[in-house]
Amino acid sequence: MDWTRSIVDRAAWEQATQRLNSAEASLLGLWAEPGFAHMALMQSQACEVLTLACDQNRFPSVGRWHPPAIRLERAIRDLVGLEPEGLPDTRPWLRHGGAYSFLSAEGESLHQIPVGPVHAGIIEPGHFRFTANGETVVRLEARLGYVHKGIDALMAGASIERAALLAGRVSGDSTVAFALAFARAVEAALGAEVPPRAVWLRALAAELERLANHFGDIGAVCNDAAFAVMHAQCGLLREQVLRAADACFGHRLMMDRVIPGGMRCDLPGEAERLLRALIADVRKRFPDLVELYEDTASLKDRTVGTGILSRELARQFAAGGCVGRASGRSFDARRTPGYAPYDRLQFEVPVVEAGDVNARLWIRIREVEQSLGLVEQIVRDLPPGPIHASPLGSSSSGAEGVALVEGFRGDILAWVRIRPDGTIDRCHLRDPSWFQWPLLEAAIEGNIVADFPLCNKSFNCSYSGHDL
Amino acid sequence: MRRLLLKSFVHGPLTEPAPVTDEAALAELASRVEQASRRRLGRSLAIREVDAGSCNGCELEIHALNNVVYDLERFGLRFVASPRHADVLLVTGPVTANMREALERTYAATPDPKWVVAVGDCGRDGGVFAASRACVGGISAVVPVDLHILGCPPSPTALLKGLLALLDNRETS
Repeated sequence: MDWTRSIVDRAAWEQATQRLNSAEASLLGLWAEPGFAHMALMQSQACEVLTLACDQNRFPSVGRWHPPAIRLERAIRDLVGLEPEGLPDTRPWLRHGGAYSFLSAEGESLHQIPVGPVHAGIIEPGHFRFTANGETVVRLEARLGYVHKGIDALMAGASIERAALLAGRVSGDSTVAFALAFARAVEAALGAEVPPRAVWLRALAAELERLANHFGDIGAVCNDAAFAVMHAQCGLLREQVLRAADACFGHRLMMDRVIPGGMRCDLPGEAERLLRALIADVRKRFPDLVELYEDTASLKDRTVGTGILSRELARQFAAGGCVGRASGRSFDARRTPGYAPYDRLQFEVPVVEAGDVNARLWIRIREVEQSLGLVEQIVRDLPPGPIHASPLGSSSSGAEGVALVEGFRGDILAWVRIRPDGTIDRCHLRDPSWFQWPLLEAAIEGNIVADFPLCNKSFNCSYSGHDL
Repeated sequence: MRRLLLKSFVHGPLTEPAPVTDEAALAELASRVEQASRRRLGRSLAIREVDAGSCNGCELEIHALNNVVYDLERFGLRFVASPRHADVLLVTGPVTANMREALERTYAATPDPKWVVAVGDCGRDGGVFAASRACVGGISAVVPVDLHILGCPPSPTALLKGLLALLDNRETS
């Protein structure tokens, strides 16, 4: 896929902002380096990256007209020190320290519930500030950034090998997807041709990752409605997928298996038999669980009509993954802009309109079925040959690459610029959660506090991926 | 529902036998754990997990300890919701600058006697993030650590071995 790449002036930057504002285009990413702001957007299936030289370290705010950009611009202020002119919210975001003023809510009998950053469960840290009237949530505001590890800064100057390790640890649950996004961006920059077998093995790893995470999420959503049997059964399915991944790729989460140029290792001899057995077993057991979910009225009472995300907000924020597809946004990076080998594979992108917890759960159920089919096709049609292209290719001065990859949460954007000596000059990885966290705040409004865990799990946004 | 429960009833347990405890972890621990506190707590440990900056990889494998295959609770180990109920803090890292205070406060809120188990390669020394200005370093840079369980991330079996070593050592020595 080709990306349009342009250096723009302020007028063109503002014109792009207006295209976002008028819903002609959707925002894929907004990031910066000293002196320059970059914006990636998609318009009628074409992707473009715009760069603006920032005179006196200032640039016209995108968030002023297009709210999904606000947190990205707050992060730019914190990390790079550029000033978005007209940014409506200038509170720090990723840089902590000092008092933080939460947005206010006015009315009678309101009280606040602070939650986190250390939560009750085994989950990542973040702070949620609820303002409630009795049981009903009037406003939720998340404060994130607790797991900010400075990944963009560590990337600058790193070798490609080290940068790949970092990319694989942006968000551990999406390690394959992030490693793939980074690898494809590097390959695009260097013009490397990845051997077909590696391309197919990458898709195999990506679909196994999707399966493992979806099983975990389906169980976890039900568990938050105290329906433990579903959690136990789905936990077992997840464990089976991870063990198959371990047997096929030598690592349960498949960390560091996708590398720039191809794959680190090939499948062992028994992989085909193992994967076929896994698919057969899941196909035998999963339908019973889906039926159990559908037949348990007390469980569905908690999920149906809870945490509704409107179609309009999903579109405005360009929400990817299950969050978008449960609210009528059919976007899937495997289809649009699309990448190999998905053009050779049969799969559907399930979409529903309801936008509630039940809809997000059903999208995952349908995607499990699709991923099983994909794994089956990959095992059947996996081409022979080498699994790594070496050398990768050489970088002319400032070689750039971009890639969009569909992780289990949604589309991950990777942008990289490589120096002539082969090290990373700058790299930015944008997690899908950037455009999903704000929507959780919208979806919870008017729901009761006790339904927040259900809503939160049904979104399952990443903290680490977002905090970078 | 009935069909599923009946199936679960007839096919027998899915839980796997316990792994042999880790000698290295045992040795590290032996020098640290006070005998008096061992007697007081018996064969039971309440664990509070704290993510102090992890990529979430360690959390996924710690989560897996609760699934039917590893079934942590059969060993008397269980995860609790508050540090005030905990004997052990299971901490993943690197410790970010933004989580430092939260980790210190969680440690302070845990009653004595208490142990800290640092999980993962990042928990030891910051791992691949060690050079970052946004990170403080490994867990021991902020709170005293009694046991390290290494790996990126450590598998549930490795985690289980380390935690069993903690338990065994408290009983035998």
